[in-house]
Order: sequence, then structure tokens, then C-alpha cells
Amino acid sequence: MAKFKGMVVVNTERCKGCELCVVACPSDVLGMSQHANTKGYNYVYMKNEAACIGCAACGRVCPDGCLTIYREKL
Amino acid sequence: MNEDIIKPENLVYTKTPILNDNPMHYCPGCSHGVVHKLIAEVIDEMGIQEKTIGIAPVGCAVFAYNYIDIDWEQAAHGRAPALATAVKRLWPDRYVFTYQGDGDLAAIGTAETIHACNRGENITIIFINNAIYGMTGGQMAPTTLIGMKTATCPYGRNVALNGYPLNITKLVAELEGTRYVTRQSVHTVAAVQKTKKAIRKAFENSMEGKGTSFIEIVATCNSGWKMSPAKSNQWMEEHMFEAYPLGDLKDK
Repeated sequence: MAKFKGMVVVNTERCKGCELCVVACPSDVLGMSQHANTKGYNYVYMKNEAACIGCAACGRVCPDGCLTIYREKL
Repeated sequence: MNEDIIKPENLVYTKTPILNDNPMHYCPGCSHGVVHKLIAEVIDEMGIQEKTIGIAPVGCAVFAYNYIDIDWEQAAHGRAPALATAVKRLWPDRYVFTYQGDGDLAAIGTAETIHACNRGENITIIFINNAIYGMTGGQMAPTTLIGMKTATCPYGRNVALNGYPLNITKLVAELEGTRYVTRQSVHTVAAVQKTKKAIRKAFENSMEGKGTSFIEIVATCNSGWKMSPAKSNQWMEEHMFEAYPLGDLKDK
């Protein structure tokens, strides 16, 4: 059982759907949404919230700074 | 489910306000975005927003001044180190850095780069090497790898016709005037953290008056390389690092 639970808040208008965060995530939390933002990009969303440990790997590799990460100790 | 933990005390990571809210014009997955973010974070952590002057290049990063909330000046193609020299000499208490691509720094601006480094100007040079001219449509650059396909060498770079890739970072490391020369990358979390440390060190060095700091960042250009962002990172690991190995070349 993970010792932390995390939450990723996506700025969907800023996201360009490059998927680099999906590759960087060690817990396979992120996935690409079927919905698109006003620019036409499919943005990232948390497909598996329960697995998130709030390590912020996704935020650090994001080229557009669209991810905000929260973490709480269990 | 986890929404209840969204509280200021649980915040781990967010975009620094120094990287402003203008949407960046870069392609999805472009390394420029990560490096912009790292520069903004370093400026934020050092608390030097009012004391930093950036020199924007010609290339994709020409609009860098729209995204990082500090003072900027835009140089003629390749002339960023010359302009940075002037700014630093007139304002010795400012942190001055140039942000250049390989077409800007290693092709048209080779003379300015080498002479600024040889004079040991107390500036930071951030060099994004993606082995291609990204903005103009993916033409061959001086740093293009042997055999690499671009718009102007569709059969791959041929040594007999186009010569060898220019390893300008190695050249610069040989010069007496440089203090810190390093080659980093931003393709993984660990690499991002290392690059951030290198940028911070370079900014701190520029105040000590002991020479130029030069950071090469091996980067991707997924549009120019015609690959997905994740695939270009993989391609970069497999091919670029062989010609441009990561690590410190000089640190004195």
C-alpha cells in the first residue's frame, strides 16, 4: 500500500497533449482524455486516481507547466 | 476521490508565476518549454526576478520574452553573446544569460560565441542543441548527426558533402575564458533536476567574475524529426547521446 496519496490538477486549456507526463509517471496514473480543449488538443487526465502517490514526476517533465500536484501522507 | 487533498499545505509542485500564463507557441512536447520552466524556477528560487536580463535568440525561442517575466532583449541572429557582453559590462550587478539554439549559436553565431567565451565574459550561455533548424522547417544544422535525415539532406548527412557535426561545447571547454561547461538533457525527471542544478550553478557563477558558464542542453525537435514527443526522447537517447555525451566538460 502506498504511503502517500496524490492528486494532479490539469490546466486543460494549457495542455497540448504531448503525453510526456504519461510516459514519466511511475504509477501509470495518467491517460489521454477523449475530450479536446478549445485548441483541439486531447488533454491529459487521471485515469487511475487511486494509484497516484504525488511524486510530481509528471509536473517536472511537463513542457507547458500545466500540472499542479498535491500530496498527503496516509 | 482524492479531491479532498487539494489544499495549499499539500501542494508539491506547480508552475512558477515567473513563467506567465501566455500559452507557449512551441509544438507539443518541445524541450524549449521544459527549459523555460527551469529557468523561471531557478530565477524564482534565487529571488532575482528584478535582476535578471535574458537575451532572446533568433529561432523558435525568439518569443522567449513573451513567457518568462523578466527583462529581455532580442539580438540579431547569432549575436546574443555580443549583446550579453554589452549588457553585463554596463550592468555588472545583473544576472545576464543568453538562450540560443544550435542554428543561432553554432552556425551564424560561432564567432560571437567563441570570442565571448574566450574573453571570459561573466554571462551564462544556455544552448539548446536539437541537431536541426526547427523554426524554418527542419533543415540541416551544423550539429546534425552523420546519416541523420533532414529537409536539406533527405538521404542523411553525408560527411564527404556536408562535413562532420560540430561539437561546439567541446571547443568552448578548451578555451581559457570558460569556467563551467556542461552538457545536460531534459528527457527524464532525473535529467530535468540535474539541468536545473546546472542552470542555478551557472547563474551563481556569473556573479563571481571568474568566466563564462556554458550549458548545452541536448533537446528534441519532434516536429522537425517527424516523431511523437515520447519517440523523439527515445531517439535522442539512442542516437544523440552517442555523439553528445552528457556530463560536465569543465568545472573550475
